[in-house]
Amino acid sequence: MSTAPAEVAPTRVPTFDLRHEVRAAKVVWQRELIRFGKDRYRMVSSLVQPLLFLLVLGVGLGSLVGSGAGPGGGSVKFTAFLFPGVLAMSVGFTAAFSGISMVWDREFGFLREMLVAPVSTTAIITGKCFGGATVSTVQSVVLLALAGLVGVPYSPVMMLELIGLLFLCSFMIVAFGLVLAARVKQVQSAFPLVQMIITPMIFLSGALFPLSSLPGWLTALTHLNPMTYAVEPMRSVVFDHLNADAATRARFDPGIVWGGWHVPLWAQVGVVALGSIALLFAAVARFARTE
Amino acid sequence: MNESRAELSEHPGLDAEQPAVRVRGLVKRFGEVEAVRGIDLDVAPGETFGFLGPNGAGKSTTINILCTLAEATSGTAEVAGLDVVRDRAAVRRRIGLVFQEPTLDNYLSGEQNLRFHGELYGVDRTTAAARREVVLKMVGLWERRKDEVNKYSGGMRRRLEIARGLLHSPSVLFLDEPTIGLDPQTRKSIWAYLSELHRTEKTTVFVTTHYMDEAENCDRIAIMNEGRIVALDTPDRLKAGVGNDRVQITTSDDAEALARLRDRFGLEAGVHEGMVTVSVPDGAGFVPRLFTELGVEIRSVTVQRPTLDDVFLAHTGSTIRDAEAGAGPSAFAVMARRGR
Repeated sequence: MSTAPAEVAPTRVPTFDLRHEVRAAKVVWQRELIRFGKDRYRMVSSLVQPLLFLLVLGVGLGSLVGSGAGPGGGSVKFTAFLFPGVLAMSVGFTAAFSGISMVWDREFGFLREMLVAPVSTTAIITGKCFGGATVSTVQSVVLLALAGLVGVPYSPVMMLELIGLLFLCSFMIVAFGLVLAARVKQVQSAFPLVQMIITPMIFLSGALFPLSSLPGWLTALTHLNPMTYAVEPMRSVVFDHLNADAATRARFDPGIVWGGWHVPLWAQVGVVALGSIALLFAAVARFARTE
Repeated sequence: MNESRAELSEHPGLDAEQPAVRVRGLVKRFGEVEAVRGIDLDVAPGETFGFLGPNGAGKSTTINILCTLAEATSGTAEVAGLDVVRDRAAVRRRIGLVFQEPTLDNYLSGEQNLRFHGELYGVDRTTAAARREVVLKMVGLWERRKDEVNKYSGGMRRRLEIARGLLHSPSVLFLDEPTIGLDPQTRKSIWAYLSELHRTEKTTVFVTTHYMDEAENCDRIAIMNEGRIVALDTPDRLKAGVGNDRVQITTSDDAEALARLRDRFGLEAGVHEGMVTVSVPDGAGFVPRLFTELGVEIRSVTVQRPTLDDVFLAHTGSTIRDAEAGAGPSAFAVMARRGR
């Protein structure tokens, strides 16, 4: 490979290497953070909905459902049940919007700046996924801080586990948002589309009500929903730190059962991790092909 | 074109090793439509090369192929000695791009946009910091570097895009209609930066435009029309090649004026930009005859030495403004062609 005459190319640009790819992904990640930091309005507004669900719907429905007080004396507030679900809902929406924001990048031309650079589309998309996941997770920390209000203890281990799970869940949903963004060309249809898809995913994930006593066809849908595998581990982690007896836990945190098999926690997390990777590469393929 | 190929070797910059851009037999088809119909092109290192033509002439398609953003149907293209298809990533590292449409992040500052670019292009950090200062000062945005791009005017954004295109010290800077939609003063300042760039960085500049006055700033220009390069030379030689002056008159009866020009003067005139237009060797001497012999009331007269507009007209059969308006070849053009 010959190079251009020295006097016209004073800057040495390295040849294809992993370090360059990582740098590119990192700067895309950084951009997401900078943009998030500048958008105070977005930060506040995307917290309103989860707070409504947790503090208004949770408290309201809680009086109807009652606290799961069993014979063992363990009692669980309904809001404590709802807590991990609302966390998942919060990151679900923030992450999906973060992914779909690529439609705006296309509209304002910045996507072109990224895609014509001498780096792989994988680096760009990976950076975008990490960026969106970081932003969503950071935002959910505000909700985590409210744990005490809804009857969930401030256990550092639980908090760390939740943050890890929230990050993973966000990553998957950002990648999903990117897959959608590759298809959607019109800015106006991006938000309604996200609402239309994420809302049923939240409803069918066990975020807002237990999946223990659903009719069979609904159970089948929840099993097909990747979000289910992100919500259930979060709930398990929270229930591990609640003083709940076996009956209460079985009712509120039934786990996921495929056929007769209780899907273990690591497998649930594995489903989300694999889903993330699959969606990431689907997004890469779409952007590499269509732009 | 053949004569322009011969001309290449005479160009001062072109004794150098390899051309900055080298195109052979380039064809691009979109279904039925042949947007580029077999073009050959050499651009010397350090040259400012103008690529002219009306919208739809195939300029943008050609530039997209050179920038690795589109693949040719057939033919080859090399940039900085690298094949645009085989060495795509290597070509991308050696070119700077300024598109017609903006590609900035308006919510980042000017400096952040450049920082982002440096990382994407893998420029090492110390070099990148120094380059940011150089290019921002060059386009006069150093003082405003901390401001969000949102707060920039259209001209400032364009300048920032040019600065960004230069950040990674490309061998060739491609600019696709860099001044489109800008006011005349801003257009002028963009060209001032480009010539400054030419002086200080020795970067090869490949620029498309459909402003003929801007093309004067180029070392050489190629005129593209309907997918072909119809002329390629220095602006001065192209103008000299056209020879004739252009006389434009407004009359009380254009049709009658056209007929009489044909019958009494033996000249094929046409109507361009609303004026009866005729091409003659000595415009100044022709005007008095016109007044005494035409017999149609003349309201105004302009006489012009050949400009690049005339070159364009002679080679494409319409002025660039006619071409923009979608007008076909005119009688004047037919004459101009015959006279070539």
